[in-house]
Amino acid sequence: MTKTKIAFNWASSCGGCEIAIFELGAKLVNLADKVDIIFWPAIMDYKYEDLEAMPDGTIDVALMNGAIQNSENEHIAKVLRAKSKLLVAFGACAYLGGIPALANTTNRDQIFASSYKETPTTENPEKILPQTKTQTREGELSIPEFYSTVKTLDQVVEVDYYVPGCPPVGDQVSSVITQLVDGPLPPKGAVLGASERSLCYECKRIRAEKKIAKIVRTYQTIPDPEKCLLEQGIICMGPATRGGCSSICLDANMPCRGCYGPLPRAIDQGGKMLSALASIFDAMTDEEIQKLADSVVDPIGTFYRFSMARSLMRRTKA
Amino acid sequence: MATAFEPKIVGFLCRWCSYAGADLAGTNRMKYPSNVSAIRVNCSGRIDPTLVLKALSLGADGVLIAGCHPGDCHYTNGNIKTLRRFKLLQKMLDQYGIDRKRVRLEWVSAAEGEKYAQVVRSMTDEVRTLGPLNWKTKVELAA
Repeated sequence: MTKTKIAFNWASSCGGCEIAIFELGAKLVNLADKVDIIFWPAIMDYKYEDLEAMPDGTIDVALMNGAIQNSENEHIAKVLRAKSKLLVAFGACAYLGGIPALANTTNRDQIFASSYKETPTTENPEKILPQTKTQTREGELSIPEFYSTVKTLDQVVEVDYYVPGCPPVGDQVSSVITQLVDGPLPPKGAVLGASERSLCYECKRIRAEKKIAKIVRTYQTIPDPEKCLLEQGIICMGPATRGGCSSICLDANMPCRGCYGPLPRAIDQGGKMLSALASIFDAMTDEEIQKLADSVVDPIGTFYRFSMARSLMRRTKA
Repeated sequence: MATAFEPKIVGFLCRWCSYAGADLAGTNRMKYPSNVSAIRVNCSGRIDPTLVLKALSLGADGVLIAGCHPGDCHYTNGNIKTLRRFKLLQKMLDQYGIDRKRVRLEWVSAAEGEKYAQVVRSMTDEVRTLGPLNWKTKVELAA
């Protein structure tokens, strides 16, 4: 029996998706009977040249995590696409932009200014900023170009499947890999390892009447662990977010932040959440409504925490 | 020859009040700019903020939402829900860097043909002064 050739790779990411694969534990060892891992820079010594040297279509399934934030990310996404029969956007960043895509609320100049000049711990008297090319005595050095707008994987290459989550939940990862290896393959473009319904359907909390008289932030209160968080005034992304994660954040008494992305027919997760939240404001007059709307700190950062790059607007005015 | 900028405004009008108000403006042969493309919806409460964002992201320079006056909603309080969403949406538009004048919420009853004409006139003027939004191009340029 020929083994399925699998590759894992990362772009602009934190490494959490790689940990999600390690979470398979012993299952990963069993998997080795069926698959050959032929490229995985996070755990073994692979160079990009190794990947570039492979004939096109060598890899059966490639799982790529991380957003596209610089020219290196984009280059490797294109190479991996060419070398792979199936390319999977693995995790919230590759699928939706994830946390890195919150950079779309600012731009390259502002990010450089804050990272290399303004933070209190930065000492940079000559105000040197990253340059893609630098002349040194030994010759020219180059680093990747940093992009002003973070993109999802499918905004730079064609993607076959998506796996949401920050990171994808362990059980789901194992079933997704099994499905991709053993088949039957789902239709192209499918979101794997997640439910088709909102998180609220699998949430165990008690729901009474949906009304919010006051917005409360998580650090200001210890919520009742039995009751719906929205009804306690905490912004929980559950109504606008795909389920399938077994509501682990809610079990830890924390609200959903939306990492499983929009529901199947929703085109914009943040817009849907804005709609869901505002409609349950317990306010009838102009002033009352204004006061509640004003108490939502950072609507974009809250409603599009993981989906900025895949939202309708994609970024703020640069 | 360069032609003067004419704003494209998408108008979501509630069927019971504002669309009838717009109809009245028409049957009374009132004069007002043709910049608003009216879309009839059952209730202003049907206007998901996603639709407003979609219009802006696809090339609209402005969006007008018009519904029944508070207390007059055919579905009791759909218009109040719209008001709540609108106030929060305004805050988000600020973050996007989109001028609040580009998205407007107005109450227009079935009897207020003149008010509808006036709203369209003033909004068209305001958006014309703001200039084109061109959101798609802005996003592409900010790569």
